[in-house]
Amino acid sequence: MVKETLFEIQSLYRDTFRVTGYRFGKGEKAVCIVGSIRGNEVQQLYTCSQVIRRLKELEKAGKLKEGKEILVIPSLNPSSMNIKKRFFPTDNTDINRMFPGYHLGETTQRIAAKAFDIIKEYVYGIQFASFYMPGAFIPHVRMMKTGFEDVEMAKEFGFPYIVLRNPRPYDTTTLNYNWQIWETHAFSIYTSNTEKVDEDSAKLAVKGILNFLDKEGVLTYAGHDGYISQVVDDKDLISVRTKEAGFFECCVKVNEEVHKGQLLARIIDAYEGEVKDCLYAPWDGIVLFMHDEPMTYEDTAVIKLISLRENR
Amino acid sequence: MITTVASVEMPLDESLKIQKNRIMPEEGKDSGKRISIVTGIHGDELEGQYVCFELIRRIEEQKHFLTGTVDIYPAMNPLGIDSITRGIPAFDLDMNRLFPGNTEGSMTEFLAAEIVKDLCGSDMCIDIHASNIYLTEVPQVRINELHKDILVPYAKELNVDFIWVHGANTVLEATLAHSLNSRGTPTLVVEMGVGMRITKEYCYQLVDGIFHLMQVMGIWQGETITPRQPVISDNNDDVCFLNASVSGVFIKEAKHWEKIHKGEHIGDIIHPLTGKVLDRIESPVDGILFTIREYPIVDEGSLIGRILKW
Repeated sequence: MVKETLFEIQSLYRDTFRVTGYRFGKGEKAVCIVGSIRGNEVQQLYTCSQVIRRLKELEKAGKLKEGKEILVIPSLNPSSMNIKKRFFPTDNTDINRMFPGYHLGETTQRIAAKAFDIIKEYVYGIQFASFYMPGAFIPHVRMMKTGFEDVEMAKEFGFPYIVLRNPRPYDTTTLNYNWQIWETHAFSIYTSNTEKVDEDSAKLAVKGILNFLDKEGVLTYAGHDGYISQVVDDKDLISVRTKEAGFFECCVKVNEEVHKGQLLARIIDAYEGEVKDCLYAPWDGIVLFMHDEPMTYEDTAVIKLISLRENR
Repeated sequence: MITTVASVEMPLDESLKIQKNRIMPEEGKDSGKRISIVTGIHGDELEGQYVCFELIRRIEEQKHFLTGTVDIYPAMNPLGIDSITRGIPAFDLDMNRLFPGNTEGSMTEFLAAEIVKDLCGSDMCIDIHASNIYLTEVPQVRINELHKDILVPYAKELNVDFIWVHGANTVLEATLAHSLNSRGTPTLVVEMGVGMRITKEYCYQLVDGIFHLMQVMGIWQGETITPRQPVISDNNDDVCFLNASVSGVFIKEAKHWEKIHKGEHIGDIIHPLTGKVLDRIESPVDGILFTIREYPIVDEGSLIGRILKW
């Protein structure tokens, strides 16, 4: 393993902005794994650190295949995480809205360009991504339907679900989308949280990645194969929305099977403590996503269910 | 008449309300036309606040000249304006990347969908922005090349200094203007001034232009100004971008919206710790500086200015 500074940008007073990479093996640029891009992606960074730890062990044990290179970049934005800011410190822009980047452009366009020059060469690209709404997920692989997505390959991670969705206008500047356009097999991995560490889902993600790398002939890993992934289209997910604002009290857990009419959550009046509203399952399903902040607004999709086959 | 366009309850005794003020003509004078003035999508852009105030004040003063409906939406992102936040607070989202919204989506997407529903059908919409806290802009209209044939004639009536027809960009499809234009509601995006400030001269200039446009559209019968002849650029190669070569403190020397020659001094990037000039910025072309950096701290790559080439 070689630890190196992939690129850096001088700051005015702060320490230099450095993006660090860990290279395992030499030869074909096989896999690039990217951890956090936003300053609040703590779980994504943690999971990436665990990937690096496991790859070091496997390298020591001689389990990495000859002629294959793995590059792991734990963070493309250390400056933001160090000051607990989600976006770039000076201009509040999102690096994951700047790909493929522009070398003569603004700071985050330059960061994206410098990064993308390095990471676009790889056959497989894996990013630990985060959702724009606060909440917990069943770990899954998420893919955009660009025409380049390879669902069968995504099953090699052995995660319970693969979620497909149509790209939206803003997606065209994300890392995942551009990886796909540049013909890298790109996968976004969602573990359970963003701003706090969940060791169990990080372990599941690390195992999934090692499974994938084993099946693609990048290393040898003799772990459990994981799940037979179910492919779900994002438009088929069932959103359960709030009709009131207040404390959010969830009555089920992520990954729980729920039945039509089952109580999913209560909304509690923030001043008087009374139950203002109850949210019930509109269909039988599995809880894929659950809002995980103590409070909620009105008209917010707080739960997303995967419809059970019997509903269809 | 002040009405609520969309409303969402917040947890603690507060409603998020997007409101508009509808000013109707006196009885028997309605041409049936409607113009909508929108601002405050970005909570740190305040130039439009004074435009809304001044527009209402002047209409009310001479309401007998009004022959159509004027809808004024001063705060599309009221939480942002009242908390000095550019995006939507709590979500850290750029509201102008959420349109056309989704009534089945998150609360923010729901609000965006309600806004689009309310604005659709206007004969004209003007979406007023104020750059951001980093840059000052001369009053200008920005038009996506996809909609230039419809919008440039309207923009010429708006008394701005510059019309910039820019290339199509997929990301911009999520803006309010694109959503409305693609639904047949002509929408002009105005950029002027700087974030977190109000430049009264620019506001008066635009208000004069809005009255003139209303007159052209048959919504206003009173006298209006003769609009300025704007410079129009519809070639991306006409605009030269200046980006900081190093991180430091930018000290401006050039004047905004004045002709500048190749090699002329625009400013310096200095380092207060060492006392050194890190970079002397000179114009690479002959032109006119229509964007200039206002906020001094720069990183490598930060936008210093934009020059329209002669």
